[in-house]
Amino acid sequence: MKISRVIIMFPLAFMMAAFAVVTYAADQAGQQEQVVKITAKKFEYSPNEIRIKTGVPAVFEFTSLDRVHGFTVPDLGGIRATIEPGKVTRVTILAPKAGTYEFHCDLFCGDGHEGMTGKIIVED
Amino acid sequence: MNIDRRDFLKLLGMGGAILVLGQRGSADAADMTAGKDDFFFVQLSDTHWGFNDPKINPDAMETLKKAIAGGNSMKIQPDFVVFTGDITHTTDDAKERRKRMSEARDIISGLKVKNVKFMAGEHDAGLDNGEAFQEYFGKTHYTFDYKGVHFIVIDNVSDPTSSITDPQLQWLSDELKKLDKESRIVVLTHRPLFDLYPNWDWWTRDGAKAIDLLLPYKKVTVLYGHIHQEHHHMTGHIPHHAAKGLMFPLPAPGSVPKRVPMPWDPAAPYKGLGYRGIEAKMDKADYIITEFPVQKG
Repeated sequence: MKISRVIIMFPLAFMMAAFAVVTYAADQAGQQEQVVKITAKKFEYSPNEIRIKTGVPAVFEFTSLDRVHGFTVPDLGGIRATIEPGKVTRVTILAPKAGTYEFHCDLFCGDGHEGMTGKIIVED
Repeated sequence: MNIDRRDFLKLLGMGGAILVLGQRGSADAADMTAGKDDFFFVQLSDTHWGFNDPKINPDAMETLKKAIAGGNSMKIQPDFVVFTGDITHTTDDAKERRKRMSEARDIISGLKVKNVKFMAGEHDAGLDNGEAFQEYFGKTHYTFDYKGVHFIVIDNVSDPTSSITDPQLQWLSDELKKLDKESRIVVLTHRPLFDLYPNWDWWTRDGAKAIDLLLPYKKVTVLYGHIHQEHHHMTGHIPHHAAKGLMFPLPAPGSVPKRVPMPWDPAAPYKGLGYRGIEAKMDKADYIITEFPVQKG
């Protein structure tokens, strides 16, 4: 199985710097990145409610069980990824502040596509 | 033809409600006269032929037919009719997809007006890059002219990412270069070109590039569908008008957690559904939009 890695930061310019700083800080504090395995299939993500911590990189590992799906979080700088069957797609998210961020499939996948959604709950 | 606005609506016999006046944005009763070069067209959108959920629309097999009958009952027939996408409801079955397109095309052929322009929605074209749509309804992006107005049909659904894509943007750029900056332009498309509500995927990923290409032109109006409700928005001097759908209404952007169809209201059948007439005023470079219900009421 191939592995593709998408590292996404928000807002991009700011977070590129902040990511390095926070990664360093996290390493210093012994905080490990949080890994979340997520499956995508018509027309749902599982899990579709994900809790992560602010300032700690969270790695979403997506696997599609059927066809190509998308993943995007518009309120986290429009980060997105294409989830292809047969490989793991990794997205690293570093949320800047606590809150609830909605995500959805942004590659039209059929009748029910509009309901393929979820939320990321970011906690301090 | 030289009629005033009250006569116009009376002649249409549809009891429509004027909710918006075009580019200048305000009603002006003194302007309600029709010049000899004015024309009138009808926009239908999101007919979703093949949709089947009685809780959402128990009259799914008849709603489109009623809209067609409504159009045919207009005492002044439109110069042409446009369908701004999602003519059919999507299906994974390519054979069934073509069956739905064939049936929809047959029903639409019942329009008295034979000048009909089609656009694709992602339900028509998103699963096969528009292959079946093109077999039944023709090209997915093109231009046509009518009485001095240049219509540009933009396809923002055939690409799986719901993008216009660079080749089509180049085509749009080339088309616009042929036009004077004072040209009257109407853009017809399915999805909003601007970021209406990205959390519900109500945008076009590279729509801003199309708007940037259009902005130098002073008389541009965009008509679209996709969101199953009236919506009006300005990007600079360019108005964008979303049309109601003809199968189910959707909630206002961000008003509820999920963008799911609104259930049928037995006390108010066809509530939130409808189509619109657009009267092009040639002397004022303006458009008068009139919303019509599925059933007279």
